[in-house]
Amino acid sequence: MNMQIARTLDLKGLSCPLPIVKTAQAMRELGSGELVEALATDPGAVADFRAWCTSTKNELVEQTEADGVYRFVIRKK
Amino acid sequence: MAVQEAELAVPVHEHEEHPKHQKLVIIAWSGDLDKVWPQMILATTGAAMGMQTTLFFTFWGLFSLVKSEKHITGENWMQRMVAMMDRPGMEHLKLGKMNFAGAGPVMMKKLAKEHNVASPGELLEMARDLGVNLVPCQMTMDLLGLKREDMIDGLGEPVGATTMLMEAQDAITLFI
Repeated sequence: MNMQIARTLDLKGLSCPLPIVKTAQAMRELGSGELVEALATDPGAVADFRAWCTSTKNELVEQTEADGVYRFVIRKK
Repeated sequence: MAVQEAELAVPVHEHEEHPKHQKLVIIAWSGDLDKVWPQMILATTGAAMGMQTTLFFTFWGLFSLVKSEKHITGENWMQRMVAMMDRPGMEHLKLGKMNFAGAGPVMMKKLAKEHNVASPGELLEMARDLGVNLVPCQMTMDLLGLKREDMIDGLGEPVGATTMLMEAQDAITLFI
């Protein structure tokens, strides 16, 4: 699978609802099928990104955590 | 924090079974900082989720749409007195509780900055960018003697309760 990241969003330190709102804003500039990588430190972002992907039908391809940084890879619908 | 997150986490599969609400209507009635903040958080989040989102600003809620640099608004002495006693504008909102002559809001804003929580003004800007309908209540504008030039740009046409309830018929509706 082609896992080329089109854009990385540094959302570290931001609190609700900014990680989601800024991701939604950035997604507008991507084409369908492109991947965005979001890096966040807000623990609430884990559930929020899952819910957001479900409601927007964008695909949560990957979700990992390292040193308190949550990494989400999302494929645009 | 981790425990709280686990308790609050919404089972995602439930959303999949109930995808019906794609519209969000928030009746923004309060002009208190502690209520305007969640108005803005929920509106930006709804729009980010792809929901067709409308904020209807009525009564004190309208205060956050008045330009912060405006000192006195209103056409007659009583409307002007109201604006003097309770200065409108997003930068001048007071807390419903623990306002302490403005010390409360100053501390809340300082805490918010330290914790990277966006201010209501920043969130309003994002709401506008995400296409949230910002709709003022015509009746409140008349009541307070507010003119379009007193208010920030990017607002929809002022409407009444009927239009808003029509809009709300097939939407999640919040009164804040």
